[in-house]
Amino acid sequence: MGITRRSFLRRAAVVLAGVAAAGAGWSYLKGLAQSANEAPDQAASLPSAPVQQRTPQPHHWAFVVDTTKCIGCGKCVAACKEENNVPEDPHFNRTWVERYVIDEQGEAYVDSPDAGVHGFESWPVNSKYQNIQVVKSFFVSKLCNQCENPPCVQVCPVGATYKTEDGVILVNRSRCIGCRYCIQACPYGARFLDPNLRVADKCTWCYHRISKGMDPACVEVCPVGARMFGDPADPDSAVAKALRENRISVLKPNLGTRPQVFYIGLDQEVR
Amino acid sequence: MNGFIYPNEAETAWGLLIVLYPYITGLVAGAFVVSSLYHAFGIEKLRPLARFSLLTALAFVLIAPVPLLAHLGRPERAFEIFITPNFRSAMAGFGYILLFYTGLLVVETWLAFRRDIVRRSEAATGLRRAFYSALTLGSRDVSERALRLDAKVIRVLAIVGIPSAFLLHGYVGFLFGSIKANPWWSTPLMPIIFLISAIVSGVALLIVLYIVATALRRQPLNHSSVAELAKWLLLFLLVDLTLEGLEVLSMAYENEEGWAIVSQLLTQKLAVSFFGIQILLGAILPIVVLGGLALTDRLGQRVRTTLSLGTALLVLVGIFAMRWNVVIGGQLFSKSLRGFKSFAPPLTGNESVVEALIILSLPFFLLALFAVLLPPWEKEAALEGAGVPEPTVTIPIPSRLVGPRAR
Repeated sequence: MGITRRSFLRRAAVVLAGVAAAGAGWSYLKGLAQSANEAPDQAASLPSAPVQQRTPQPHHWAFVVDTTKCIGCGKCVAACKEENNVPEDPHFNRTWVERYVIDEQGEAYVDSPDAGVHGFESWPVNSKYQNIQVVKSFFVSKLCNQCENPPCVQVCPVGATYKTEDGVILVNRSRCIGCRYCIQACPYGARFLDPNLRVADKCTWCYHRISKGMDPACVEVCPVGARMFGDPADPDSAVAKALRENRISVLKPNLGTRPQVFYIGLDQEVR
Repeated sequence: MNGFIYPNEAETAWGLLIVLYPYITGLVAGAFVVSSLYHAFGIEKLRPLARFSLLTALAFVLIAPVPLLAHLGRPERAFEIFITPNFRSAMAGFGYILLFYTGLLVVETWLAFRRDIVRRSEAATGLRRAFYSALTLGSRDVSERALRLDAKVIRVLAIVGIPSAFLLHGYVGFLFGSIKANPWWSTPLMPIIFLISAIVSGVALLIVLYIVATALRRQPLNHSSVAELAKWLLLFLLVDLTLEGLEVLSMAYENEEGWAIVSQLLTQKLAVSFFGIQILLGAILPIVVLGGLALTDRLGQRVRTTLSLGTALLVLVGIFAMRWNVVIGGQLFSKSLRGFKSFAPPLTGNESVVEALIILSLPFFLLALFAVLLPPWEKEAALEGAGVPEPTVTIPIPSRLVGPRAR
């Protein structure tokens, strides 16, 4: 045989070194490509020194939706689109409003025209159920539930979607490969593929705002206080009060995701 | 769209390419099992196909990642799955498993064809000689002793390869079966259904490819090999249909929240592709025909082979329908369980019918190329070697490996 053990080992070492060098070069090039990327992380617009009030100290944020108050005006959807540069296309939403109409027979009719961004007042949206004997109707706004046990984080093959210390699920846009497994895994339809960046996107509870001590945009614009945000550990906060004084439920509790969006007055028809 | 779907669900996240992906990996796993039936278990009737099925598995596994890459939103980041994997994700292991399995197939193929490579490098001149010399990787010893060692290693790889093939495809089933958000996907039966249907599709593919390739070569067909494959096809089809029936039956019987929408999905949205193509044309009819062939020996060889070819083609269509019904079917209803949407892949462009057809044709071209580079048929390989001293069998399974060991 022409190859001795020594020469084989020597060649193998050279090959391995080559592979390692190529790998290092690749990572370096990727680093360059990434630094050129704009908006690499959903959390990237954070200021370097957060303002007082809601500092990133041990918070555990919660969101409360009072469905008995919502009037379906759609201001929250519009504000979210503007605040977060969400595409205008009604098929891409970080939040939306659903209308439930229940007739005499107990049949539920559900819709969310244009994700509710224009409200429900215009014709034909408003006249849609004229021929039905309506027993009750109500609006339910939806957004990412920022699950305690998030299936989207579990399935992300590259760890691009992750949970922050204060319990918010974010997407690192510079690492997402666009496989859409998280979209399949989310039971709530809260995720979508950003048509421009080709990466997963979803509600962050306006992480860039809450980290500065502000409310999420949807909470701020809600004219009736149907959306509340805060830290339940702070007994004076609106959410702590709402959670204390109401019977609350979450969406699809049977799936064990433990949502952190809590609903007041949720009907059994809402999924 | 009828009923209610969440606004974000209007887009179908996984399209035709993700239907194609499990279809291709299934064919890989199935083709490998056929090759291992001879290489690992010594089923002599499948010997004429053993090398060809190995090349088939290799051609398909090399194309398997293509539909995935073409589907990614950011394909340039595909390597992240190797570099920064999240091991809690069912998808993260995918890259490693595919890589491992591809490596195993490459090594086994190289060993199975090593003697032919050496022979061609000796017979050829010029560029051709350089090519085959490089392929030998410096290993030119084709003595009987060396070939026996090759056969031993091939046997080990053929055995190790079976659980690996199972892992590769059972895994794809797990990707779907572990999604609790989707009542049509979420069942622990999913991995095993994917696995058995993979074997079914691979055996059917080899029946078709073997008959077509033999006709193209104008060689006499080995009818007993086709008959043997048809028997294995019947066996795996029976298991497959049982599992698929069990899946739907248990969902219907448990009658949980999701069944209302899933039953509508099956009877309305997927009535043709599920009951018509997947179950009736793709499983029940083939079982009837193959079962009939197994029970009677009245028909002539040519008729039997023709019937086997016809059922194999039906099965291939049926398994494609099964992949469609899982991947697309699982996205036709809203996770609000309140409504349906429609999906039809575009004819051209991204995720289109044309793109899928091109990708699906790639492994066949690759297989044709392999068949030119390496002789898949033993008889012709032996003729090629006439004049060169050689042992009589191509891939001997030493009797001492099969029987009790004696030294």
